Amino acid sequence: MVKWSDFERAAIQDIFSKIDYDVVGRAAFSRCLIVYPWTQRYFGSFGNLYNAAAITSNPKVAAHGKVIMAGLEKALTNMDDIKTTYKDLSVLHSEKLQVDPDNFNLLGDCLTIVVAGQMGAAFTPEVQGAFQKFLAVVVASLRKQYY
Amino acid sequence: MLSKKEKKLIKEIWERLTPVAADIGSDALLRMFASYPGTKTYFSHLDISPGSAHLSSHGKKIVLAIAEGAKDISQLTVTLAPLQTLHAYQLRIDPTNFKLLSHCMLVTLACYLGSEFTPVAHAAMDKFLSAFAAVLSEKYR
Repeated sequence: MVKWSDFERAAIQDIFSKIDYDVVGRAAFSRCLIVYPWTQRYFGSFGNLYNAAAITSNPKVAAHGKVIMAGLEKALTNMDDIKTTYKDLSVLHSEKLQVDPDNFNLLGDCLTIVVAGQMGAAFTPEVQGAFQKFLAVVVASLRKQYY
Repeated sequence: MLSKKEKKLIKEIWERLTPVAADIGSDALLRMFASYPGTKTYFSHLDISPGSAHLSSHGKKIVLAIAEGAKDISQLTVTLAPLQTLHAYQLRIDPTNFKLLSHCMLVTLACYLGSEFTPVAHAAMDKFLSAFAAVLSEKYR
């Protein structure tokens, strides 16, 4: 079980209460596809991902950004047992989607950078630390059912 | 692979950040220490608390070196030769840490530049910092 300090809990809840899920989901996911183009391998059915402009205006990318944020919301509301909460999601990513789990870190990094851009100076080193710990637990839980 | 456009963009960004090198550098370092505590082990000889003179001067050093490299990216191996030797034979920082500092540098840039740090700028900067780190570790073995 992961131990969260009061500061960490508050910081993480605060971030999610401040961000616009639709905007951030879409921005983080499209950044991932732009900055790490090999991640596009999982999205052959998404249509035009030819360049940054196409990716940021692609409606399927925006829709999938929302799906991702909904998934993170589940972790947020079950912070004390993300591992169990994510069991089915982990099986999905491993067996059906067959996503290399290293990609989870790439998306996590992009999400961190998008949140940083939105929050500016309020995204202090300590707040970043708490957020990255949350993402690390999320990623570890998503990796858990891979074998 | 960095395009001409990307090289120009990177050079411009670092030129703008040179006057605030100490702020940018110390911010990135603090972020790295907070998110990746293992990195602190390389700094037992310095005072790395927020606002310390050591942190400020060390951050400045790092940013100025990156900015120097950005001036002519095709010459990175030449520009970084002395730093290559320093890191390989004296500092011997495990190169996986370069990735951690690079990520935190990107976060600092995102906070500082806001919406100006577009996906295209982010991609270019990530590629540049990866190349910089790779050149820095060339003499390790």
